[in-house]
Amino acid sequence: MAETTGNDAFVEFERVQKSYDGETLVVKDLNLTMPKGEFLTMLGPSGSGKTTCLMMLAGFETATHGDIRLGGVSINNIPPHKRGIGMVFQNYALFPHMTVAENLSFPLEVRKIGKAEREEKVKRALDMVQMGAFGGRRPAQLSGGQQQRIALARALVFEAELVLMDEPLGALDKQLREHMQFEIKRIADNLGITVVYVTHDQTEALTMSDRVAVFDDGVIQQLAPPDVLYEEPQNSFVAQFIGENNTLEGVVKEISGDRCLVQLDDGELIDAKPVNVSKVGERTRVSIRPERVEYNKDRLQEGAHTLKAEVLEFIYMGDIFRTRLRVAGNDEFIIKTRNAPDQVRLQPGTQIEIGWLPQDCRALDA
Amino acid sequence: MSDLKSTGPQTADAPTPEDAFHEVAALEAKDAQEDIHDERVKGPVLAADGTPLKRSLNRALRMQKMRAMMLIAPLLIFVLITFIFPILQMLWRSVENEIVSQTLPNTVIALEQWDEKSGELPPEDVYAAFVKDMKVAVANKTHTKLGTRLNYEQTGLSSLFRKSGRKIKKWDPETGGPFKEKLIKVNKGWGDVTTWQTIKLHSSPITAGYFLNAVDMRLTPDGVAMQPENKQILLKLFGRTFVMSLVITFACIALGYPVAWLLANLPARSANMLMILVLLPFWTSLLVRTSAWKVMLQQQGVINDTLVWLGLVDDANRLVMINNQFGTIVAMTHILLPFMILPMYSVMQTIPPSYLRAAKSLGATNWTAFWRVYFPQTVPGIGAGSILVFILAIGYYITPEIVGGTKGVFISNRIAYHISSSLNWGLAAALGTILLAVVLILYWAYDKIVGIDNVKLG
Ligand SMILES: Nc1ncnc2c1ncn2[C@@H]1O[C@H](COP(=O)(O)OP(=O)(O)O)[C@@H](O)[C@H]1O
Ligand SMILES: [Mg+2]
Repeated sequence: MAETTGNDAFVEFERVQKSYDGETLVVKDLNLTMPKGEFLTMLGPSGSGKTTCLMMLAGFETATHGDIRLGGVSINNIPPHKRGIGMVFQNYALFPHMTVAENLSFPLEVRKIGKAEREEKVKRALDMVQMGAFGGRRPAQLSGGQQQRIALARALVFEAELVLMDEPLGALDKQLREHMQFEIKRIADNLGITVVYVTHDQTEALTMSDRVAVFDDGVIQQLAPPDVLYEEPQNSFVAQFIGENNTLEGVVKEISGDRCLVQLDDGELIDAKPVNVSKVGERTRVSIRPERVEYNKDRLQEGAHTLKAEVLEFIYMGDIFRTRLRVAGNDEFIIKTRNAPDQVRLQPGTQIEIGWLPQDCRALDA
Repeated sequence: MSDLKSTGPQTADAPTPEDAFHEVAALEAKDAQEDIHDERVKGPVLAADGTPLKRSLNRALRMQKMRAMMLIAPLLIFVLITFIFPILQMLWRSVENEIVSQTLPNTVIALEQWDEKSGELPPEDVYAAFVKDMKVAVANKTHTKLGTRLNYEQTGLSSLFRKSGRKIKKWDPETGGPFKEKLIKVNKGWGDVTTWQTIKLHSSPITAGYFLNAVDMRLTPDGVAMQPENKQILLKLFGRTFVMSLVITFACIALGYPVAWLLANLPARSANMLMILVLLPFWTSLLVRTSAWKVMLQQQGVINDTLVWLGLVDDANRLVMINNQFGTIVAMTHILLPFMILPMYSVMQTIPPSYLRAAKSLGATNWTAFWRVYFPQTVPGIGAGSILVFILAIGYYITPEIVGGTKGVFISNRIAYHISSSLNWGLAAALGTILLAVVLILYWAYDKIVGIDNVKLG
């Protein structure tokens, strides 16, 4: 489902730019193609332009430059109410003076659908989000999670093929949020709708999406399925932003194919995989996930470079152990190990040697 | 827990998702707990020392309450004296009528035997009692006041009392009789049955007469009747006051709504500027604003001059826009507009733009989105503004007085006339009481229909 093939593009952004004040570009040269049925998440820090993109797609903001196409047709000049795009707002925007059923019936009424059919569809939509018994209530009489469900049902009741959601779970507590993530994903898959989902929560992005577009400063930094994003970040922003990450800085000493040798600033040498370094002598920031660091020499490859490390802190977290080290002058080097019976609990103050497989250590832009 | 689940009405016919499940179950569990609690507690809850908890709580709070009362006491007394007391005074004056029975005590008693519907003059003993009372009244100079009072009911009685008083002063009530012929000779009025009817009808210390007058009615020996045609003006004035107040209220809604919308939706800087413009009238004297309208609207005024200059109006037929209802409506709409805009604005400010966006994303046109989603949410603001404006309008005085001429005056101008010119304070009080009652009824009706809790004043 995550496969992008150029010819069945459903949603397309082509060279889209957006500026509010005529001085700074909030969205810079955005290119994005989505096939039908995809669940795509826009992930990025606050202010990176995610909402702006969504609003341009919904028609509430106009692109300063470029083309937005839906089903092959340019929608730049189509007003929002004719785009037929469902939308879930962060504060739900349920109409407070209408009951739940009236809220759901609203998009059907403005489409001049007959009463019987309307009631049928409202009922089906309510049942889909398991809120069938709440049709007569006012939004204010519902809990946050229930309002969320109604907002979702309202965006789906008129059978929109594209649904946009702007941080829809931001106001819910953690447990409910996790539950709703699952629920939204299930409904989207069942209906086969295309979803553009905006969040700043990386866990949410990773668990729900077919593909994730990581935004920073109005630019898509990387657009990839969650596993690729996590394991093969294309640049240090993505590596930093997604999951936990250790970085060490140095200079490229040697490149040969998919291996390179990096000399850290304190002189030590490590193996890495060149991702966006191209020539010897370039500064680089190497990135390694805490769970890929090894301190058990037997598990390392023959001849692998190792680094000296001092244990600073040991944190018992139940399923894993989290150990903080000082490595090459970096006090925030974290390693995570599984809580297994034979696992050593590293005591603060001990000196150890750490290493990793060269392909787990990515040499990125400095 | 499992019993609770199976008895829950929602869970029985529709499987709720897990979180809703927990919520429902938790609510039911809470309810159930409270039930158990209620059953268990038979007597009052006791405090640690064995006294009922309620009593010891009251005792603990009493000192606090006393201290708080002492702090607000001066203010409370001030409010009572300056606000409540005048209103009570007004209510009392609108029915109070002790002057007749106090000035003519013997006459009133004597008149009780007389049948006012017989069409015959009262017997001699009434005249004798009257002369006796008048002698005292003339000595105290209260007979002219009585004359003024009775003159409200029947014109001519004021001069009758004044003139006869001078003669009666010289008579001796013990030996001078019989007085019937004597009095009629002094003034024919004493031979008129209606004079005595009026005195008898208005002799009770509490009267509905002022209220009847306030609605163009009066007491007659045959019961309540309408005033003669030429004296019926108050009902018309009430009607005009209401209709014009309604027109002003609607004009304020129509003009205020877009302004309030702009205030709520413009960027902060322009909105502040606009707010200053809206509030500007509050910083100018009411008199100045009203007079400005006079300058604008009069026949040689700015608007007429401009229209003539543009050739839209002939110089000979300049528009009459002042000293009539039009002038009053224009000037009062302008003056009351801020009272409409501010509550509307405070409501609109709380409506996030995402509602309109949501409506449009659901397929509503701009107009549908406004009318079905935005407008209903602003109704509390319109209601609050309308109540304010309407209540202020029906009691308005200065503006109609200055620009209203004769056709554009309100009931309050009549009240002012009775207070300062005709000195019929009883009627003024009755008119004021009716106005107060109308406002209270409107308020009550609004509360029933819209709910006063929905009113937001900002
Ligand atoms: N209506 C607006 N007018 C001016 N600037 C805006 C407006 N909306 C957003 N911005 C700016 O555009 C940038 C991107 O905002 P937004 O798209 O809301 O980011 P995100 O949703 O990723 O947090 C921010 O710097 C924000 O200040
Ligand atoms: Mg946003």
